[in-house]
Amino acid sequence: MQTNETYDDHVIRLFLLAAVVWGIIGMTVGTYAGSQLAWPALNFDLPWLTFSRLRPDHTFGVIFAFGGSALIGTCYYVVQRTCHTRLAFPRLANMTFWGWQLACLLTMITVPLGYTQSKEYAEAEWPIDLLIAVVWVSFGVVFFATLARRRIRHIYVANWYYGAFIIAVGLLHVVNNLVVPVSLTKSYPIYSGVVDAMVQWWYGHNAVAFFLTAGFLGMMYYFVPRQAQQPLWSYRFSIVNFWALISVYMWAGSHHLMYTALPDWVQGVGMVFSLVLLMPSWGSAANGLFTFNGSWHRVKNDPAAKFMILALVFYAASTFEGSMMAIKTVNALSHYTDWTIAHVHSGSIGWVAMITIGSLYAMAPRILGREAMHSHGGMELHFWLHTIGVLLYVISMWTAGVTEGLMWRATHADGSLVYPFIDSLLAIKPLYVVRALGGAFMVAGMICMAWNLWHTAAEARRTPIKPIPVPEPAAIPAAG
Amino acid sequence: MARGYKYFEAIEKHAGLLGFFTAIMVSLGGLSEITPLFVHAATVEAPANVKPYDPLRLAGKDIYVREGCYLCHTQMIRALRAETERYGHYSVAEESVYDRPQLWGSKRTGPDLARVGGKYSDEWQRLHLLDPRKVVPESNMPSYPWLEHESIDARDIMARMRTLRRMGDPYSDEDIAAAPAALEGKTALDALVAYLQGLGTRFSANPAASLETEDAP
Repeated sequence: MQTNETYDDHVIRLFLLAAVVWGIIGMTVGTYAGSQLAWPALNFDLPWLTFSRLRPDHTFGVIFAFGGSALIGTCYYVVQRTCHTRLAFPRLANMTFWGWQLACLLTMITVPLGYTQSKEYAEAEWPIDLLIAVVWVSFGVVFFATLARRRIRHIYVANWYYGAFIIAVGLLHVVNNLVVPVSLTKSYPIYSGVVDAMVQWWYGHNAVAFFLTAGFLGMMYYFVPRQAQQPLWSYRFSIVNFWALISVYMWAGSHHLMYTALPDWVQGVGMVFSLVLLMPSWGSAANGLFTFNGSWHRVKNDPAAKFMILALVFYAASTFEGSMMAIKTVNALSHYTDWTIAHVHSGSIGWVAMITIGSLYAMAPRILGREAMHSHGGMELHFWLHTIGVLLYVISMWTAGVTEGLMWRATHADGSLVYPFIDSLLAIKPLYVVRALGGAFMVAGMICMAWNLWHTAAEARRTPIKPIPVPEPAAIPAAG
Repeated sequence: MARGYKYFEAIEKHAGLLGFFTAIMVSLGGLSEITPLFVHAATVEAPANVKPYDPLRLAGKDIYVREGCYLCHTQMIRALRAETERYGHYSVAEESVYDRPQLWGSKRTGPDLARVGGKYSDEWQRLHLLDPRKVVPESNMPSYPWLEHESIDARDIMARMRTLRRMGDPYSDEDIAAAPAALEGKTALDALVAYLQGLGTRFSANPAASLETEDAP
């Protein structure tokens, strides 16, 4: 049977544009907020420019606005290509774009104005949470309906991760945001105290697990083989890792609450599952890296592949670090310090941002009707700007974190403390300057990417892009 | 192995089955860890000496939330020697039963505040919030000068108390009716200082004794 379908790439182009814009905004806000820790006068005594109101703006901006736009966009790209079908409900897909952007814009404006639930990574107040829930369900409907009309019987593993990402994030979002409203702008969660802490970190940790890991692994499992131009190293291994990852991750959230008032058994369970989690994490990283076996020579001249490889290295490194930090004795030192900040950023700007940037560089020319990106040198420059930025950031915050941890616990022989708290701040203040510099490097890289994409899209802006036809179905039975 | 894989293959070829099993696998962890705590919390009554926030402190707590203080200050003293030495008795679960949301925090850019109440004078707290470097020259805490000029809307706080009462906090009609008088002429700064000065003082009668009797077998 001949298909006359073409891929629906319009909505993906919109998400690509949004991802780059939010990437610049989110990272700029982060750099600005981080600078205030070195130079506190930078809030200019304005409430909405103050660190404590901007930090959630930064985290929401990079995770949900930048990361979310990239995830939904690539998800729509991957599910069409791996299922040989057009998106189901294209108008609903368009609505998910505008709905998501509206939710991001509202959050980015209201949080600095002080409208916050204060739940980390879920700060937006309840009306925005409702909007996010509606958009998320619509996204799930588009994705699963597209899967249902696939022409390839077997569901490719990238879609498994995207599917788990959609299901789990929906569940997390709803359970974590159950509140009783006082007014449009203020609400109280139905949980209090210990239960609220457990729910908060079950959510917080699994936002990392399913938003920042499962989703981006979906991206990785499609774009890494595509860029290496050979099949995945082991398909069955990817499936074993899938089930292990999604079932183990959800237990590990309590490692954020070691030695606190949370019951000890939950802390213990969290630690054990965090250690087990290292196996599927390294499994996925190894699977991605080994996929480049035999084509490493190609990597030299392919900045997109370089981004992907370094992303996988950072993924392996930060998941190892995460498991180690979940050991109670290590956690006693690392928790509450900048080591945690180093860890999340080695995961987020190392793994997440790099796999995203690599995938966007791989995807952009294809959906913009071009052979390649406008500037090869621009991509190389971005790679080095970003890499230097990540290293400056992560190394400075590691050093700061270990310094704080050691100074806080240092005692004289008689048991009294060696350092007053302020001494630990003085010791690490120069490192806050280095961190801000690292952030500036990454923002510069993102601006370089925006410039490159703008020129890559130049032709597409002048003439309509020729839609890409869906390949003719092979002689296999229709999807069940 | 090969035969088993045949059944497994069914999942790989059926979107509904895949979604179903995924949903089950991702639900197990949360169900196992949160449900027991939730059930337990429903049966525990707050100790008699832990009271819900009075109107001024409630307003102060919500300003603490609004300004994002919890992003740099924890309210959770861990059961570790160096921490109890620095901040006082480790935090216990009962202390945060009225905290919606809890403000345990995750990062100490500044020190822990769980027992900061009474550690400094009201005047020190006011100066410190308006311009931290006036009292701690090396501090990197932002200044919050706008708090001084912001009045508290009593009607809003009463609405908040009524909402909290619906959720189980033991506010009486008199408590709520007394709010406007308690908030008369108060600024956001007054409220935040009152909140901070109350932190950790709720066990103040004899914290060590009361905690030890609770811990006793």
